[in-house]
Amino acid sequence: MSVKYTKDHEWVKIDGDTVTVGITAYAAEQLGDVVFVELPDVGKTFDQGDEMAVVESVKAASEVYAPVSGEVVAANSNLEGEPEKVNESADTDGWFVKLKLTDKSQLDDLMDEAAYAAHIS
Amino acid sequence: MPATGPEFMTDTLQTPLFDLHVELGAKMTPFAGYDMPLQYQGIMAEHNHTRDAAGLFDVSHMGQAHYTGDEAALEKLITADLSALKPGEQKYTLLLNDEGGIRDDLMVSRPFGDDGLFLVVNAATKGADFAHIASNTAGKGELRLIEDRALIALQGPKAADAFGALVPSAAKMIFMQCGVFDLDGSDIYVSRSGYTGEDGFEISIPADKAAEIARKILADDRVKPIGLGARDSLRLESGLCLYGHDMNEETTPVEATLMWAIAKPRRERLDFPGAARVMQMFADKPARKRVGFTMAGAPAREGAEIVKDGEIIGVVTSGGFGPTVGGPVGMAYIDREHAVADTDIEIVLRGKARPAKVTKMPFVQQRYYRGE
Repeated sequence: MSVKYTKDHEWVKIDGDTVTVGITAYAAEQLGDVVFVELPDVGKTFDQGDEMAVVESVKAASEVYAPVSGEVVAANSNLEGEPEKVNESADTDGWFVKLKLTDKSQLDDLMDEAAYAAHIS
Repeated sequence: MPATGPEFMTDTLQTPLFDLHVELGAKMTPFAGYDMPLQYQGIMAEHNHTRDAAGLFDVSHMGQAHYTGDEAALEKLITADLSALKPGEQKYTLLLNDEGGIRDDLMVSRPFGDDGLFLVVNAATKGADFAHIASNTAGKGELRLIEDRALIALQGPKAADAFGALVPSAAKMIFMQCGVFDLDGSDIYVSRSGYTGEDGFEISIPADKAAEIARKILADDRVKPIGLGARDSLRLESGLCLYGHDMNEETTPVEATLMWAIAKPRRERLDFPGAARVMQMFADKPARKRVGFTMAGAPAREGAEIVKDGEIIGVVTSGGFGPTVGGPVGMAYIDREHAVADTDIEIVLRGKARPAKVTKMPFVQQRYYRGE
């Protein structure tokens, strides 16, 4: 299972034609304490770049954009009660949604880990 | 998601504590023309630490001044009764325009015995405030800007123990008292007040001793440095207005529910700026007024519209997550008929109306020290 990144600080974990999406630890650190995450309903579809979710930190609200086009097949309901998971484990338990891909080729445009590390350095 | 990293600007001013903030690992942010610490370890942790123990804030960006001479000339511009302000006392007051709109809110105090008044005004308004005061008191009084001093605030339930260990006599004051004290040979101007709803002190210190004094206060295990982020969430939970957001030149003390800041003799004499209009509005009741609100889920932020039964009835002026409350809190101006505690309202966030409730402030009980 490979992981790709967007310049907007999302990670995309690829598992066949489904991806899990979250925000990177770097992004979570920049946002500060996350107090609420607004996730899309299962069944909703997004085009790449659409506003998909909103992260509210103590500081401000930030939009999360769909890194690829797809249909929401799962949303992390644990974040409702424990939004701090986004800060504590951004890369794992703090995942946002799972998307069923509509265009797998979009993954090719995302960054790999080394490219993302360079992006934030 | 756009990166929200600190934004360093070259033309921003620095307070005398800038190097200390950087050394302490602060994330800096431009605020009112100054490069200020937004946070050190994190807003939530800093907020909670201030409520549980004690937090040290750099508020050196605020304007300090010493006014001497004819006090009636200054009094005409504000809402306090200066003849009733005794040496060692401080008052919260308002600088109004001729229509009774709020130019600024400020602290006026008498820490120097009978040698005039000490003024502390907001950072963003200090230039305009001091120009306004100086021009309107010209020939009668003298306004001396104090630019060689830093201003720090020590706030929280352990503030008195921590500060009392350094300046025992200062910790004997009660809420809204003030005075000049000695700390290691420096004159410090101290008031027992603040902007968090907690007990604490605001302390004016010589700029060239600021870092040394701040380090000394921070050496106490109970004290941690606190940034502007937590300062905002602390004041919001305590129902304290932020100038330029929760009131401005377009709002009167009636609408801002700050009539308590107009001294009774001033109301009777109708001799504060805009008094006729303000007292008429007070008698007639204003069309809109400032209220608190609470809600679940995502916090409403400044600018969000408030609706009821499909009609727009108001706008959010401050909003965010209240760590002590454990949920979103905010202030809004809404039509008077709905400005009643426990009224159900809706706030529009990202195009969706979300349920909220008009809620009595403060959201967190203030814990000022008023004596044993």
